[in-house]
Amino acid sequence: MTTVAVKPATLAQALNRAMRDAMAADPAVHVLGEDVGTLGGVFRVTDGLAKEFGEDRCTDTPLAEAGILGTAVGMAMYGLRPVVEMQFDAFAYPAFEQLVSHVARMRNRTRGRMPLPITVRVPYGGGIGGVEHHSDSSEVYYMATPGLHVVTPATVADAYGLLRRAIASDDPVVFLEPKRLYWSKDTWDPERPTDVAPIGRAVVRRPGSGATLITYGPSLPVCLEAAEAAQAEGWDLEVIDLRSLVPFDDETVCAAVRRTGRAVVVHESTGFGGPGGEIAARITERCFHHLEAPVLRVAGFDIPYPPPMLERHHLPGVDRILDAVARLQWEAEG
Amino acid sequence: MTVLEQRGAYRPSPPPAWQPRTDPAPLLPDAEPYRVLGTESAAKADPGLLLRLYAQLVRGRRYNAQATALTKQGRLAVYPSSTGQEACQIGAALALEERDWLFPSYRDTLAVVARGVDPVQALTLLRGDWHNGYDPYAHRVAPLSTPLATQLPHAVGLAHAARLKGDDVVALAMVGDGGTSEGDFHEALNFAAVWQAPVVFLVQNNGFAISVPLAKQTAAPSLAHKAVGYGMPGRLVDGNDAAAVHEVLAEAVRHARAGGGPTLVEAVTYRLDAHTNADDATRYRQDAEVAAWRAHDPVELLERELTARGLLDEAGIEAARQDAETMAAALREHMNRDPEPDPMDLFDHVYADTTAQLREQRALLRAELEAEQEQSGAGERPGAREGGTR
Ligand SMILES: Cc1ncc(C[n+]2csc(CCOP(=O)(O)OP(=O)(O)O)c2C)c(N)n1
Repeated sequence: MTTVAVKPATLAQALNRAMRDAMAADPAVHVLGEDVGTLGGVFRVTDGLAKEFGEDRCTDTPLAEAGILGTAVGMAMYGLRPVVEMQFDAFAYPAFEQLVSHVARMRNRTRGRMPLPITVRVPYGGGIGGVEHHSDSSEVYYMATPGLHVVTPATVADAYGLLRRAIASDDPVVFLEPKRLYWSKDTWDPERPTDVAPIGRAVVRRPGSGATLITYGPSLPVCLEAAEAAQAEGWDLEVIDLRSLVPFDDETVCAAVRRTGRAVVVHESTGFGGPGGEIAARITERCFHHLEAPVLRVAGFDIPYPPPMLERHHLPGVDRILDAVARLQWEAEG
Repeated sequence: MTVLEQRGAYRPSPPPAWQPRTDPAPLLPDAEPYRVLGTESAAKADPGLLLRLYAQLVRGRRYNAQATALTKQGRLAVYPSSTGQEACQIGAALALEERDWLFPSYRDTLAVVARGVDPVQALTLLRGDWHNGYDPYAHRVAPLSTPLATQLPHAVGLAHAARLKGDDVVALAMVGDGGTSEGDFHEALNFAAVWQAPVVFLVQNNGFAISVPLAKQTAAPSLAHKAVGYGMPGRLVDGNDAAAVHEVLAEAVRHARAGGGPTLVEAVTYRLDAHTNADDATRYRQDAEVAAWRAHDPVELLERELTARGLLDEAGIEAARQDAETMAAALREHMNRDPEPDPMDLFDHVYADTTAQLREQRALLRAELEAEQEQSGAGERPGAREGGTR
């Protein structure tokens, strides 16, 4: 996968481009949500789409998440490919009934006769100083619901490629956008966007031999920073970006862990009952004899998401990751 | 004319035994918002009440300006200003008795303060040090609700519980025009009407839900019309007329207290500032529209009435301004002085009895903070960084 160095683009711009290209390529693609039209979304991710494709293709809906997703179900039943925006993580909860009871299982209920190609875009996670209900990491709720793909990009190129893949998917995709990375830039050519691997493939972002950090979305840059810092301590860390939580890429993850023998799962969602538990269990089941130490988790605390002034203490940072890596070394020595 | 005929809806001819449970006509709102200021009804308004409203409006206006300024200095994470909507919030809050409850939405800080909550504590959520700064039981004010319309069923439940206990407590639940589209709004109104719960729903229709104008939110003739379908009266009031808002709300509260059930009140007003300091309102509305509403300013409307009736002079206006300045100065001072919250508080109040896991996590953070403190004396270790961004 190559990126072309032209001018830096933000992750939000890449998402915008992905929707534009998808809408241009397929008249069945419709965008709907709160403030997605005239305003271009509160994060400007849908900027310009209503102007370019008209309000029927990019629609400001009434303020009702269950209604947005519920009507998207009907639209998809009739052959459209809705891309819905939930304004913030915690405001997607009113739509949960539709997601869990219908979106996730319509294919299964109808024995394949009524697939629902819906993309549900949810800005998620903390680190932007939002007031309460604006910083939840809700991925584990979606992961626990069979029938949904759960995808989360961490780079500009992936933001474009994975969103195109999600919209093209014949299954519903919960597309989690790490909102604190919306403004992160990369040299990526919006005029010649690159494709990415299909949904379900993890990628090694940094090869290493001492231990593997397994992460995704908002925690990827933190892990890369930790890997840099670890070098000073003489540790050579590998970093894996999962990109897709469902389906889960056991192959890439296990190959890496077998190489290094040590693994730390890093995410900002809570630890107890969080994604890390599932990931650690899978690694243990598949790589037990290759492990030099137990799989560790570095996660957010098991508390309701804290107020902005305290969130830096809650979110896994470089030091907490390095401490876990240090514990892995100790387990190996002792 | 019944509401169904008016809307031109399809109406099946009823079977012989069928009777409508209520005649919708008395439930229907008037076509025009109710007004007091500048009309003949103004003469009947209690001068003491008008002066109380005025003092609070001037304070509210100053509070909005001060809080907005604090966001520019980075002292507040965010502030959804209610400039232009002061009359709705204060007129409504003052219609409650002490024993009544208020269920505010995130923009309703002025209503919260008018209930007696400390102005600084009312800003805790928006400042970002904790999610709620006041004791809900001390002033009978529920926490400001961020997820829209979700507090409305709570108001219904509380009012219902109070009635079951034999208390004559009324709940006032506030919501924006956008919030009326949520399923929770519908469910709350339906429960309230079926249970005849002593609740008053106040919709502040300020024209927009962030960027979405009312016309894209509803096809109803007015938001007050929505009441009729549930079987409760709908009332339309000029939300910039503090005397009118107070009168309509006070009547709805009396009605509820007397066992008459819920009322839905729509106050028509306008959000003069942007949605929050993070919003660019020029993307979705015209300056001319804003200017037209500035000419219908709630503070000036009341000031004009009071001066015309000789109830207020320059000295009175000055006194109200001074009082507001004092409040604003205290707000500034606190925001600049209040220390950062203690990180160890993160683990308090998650459960009544904490868990072993949380105790472990607490110990981990304590050790981290101690190490951080030691290092800040001894210089940073390479790569050591605080987690997360702000
Ligand atoms: C359930 C839910 N969905 C979305 C949001 C995001 N949001 C915050 S304020 C707002 C607009 C609210 O408009 P309105 O109800 O008219 O109240 P106003 O802001 O005008 O006071 C939106 C969409 C939210 N807070 N809660």
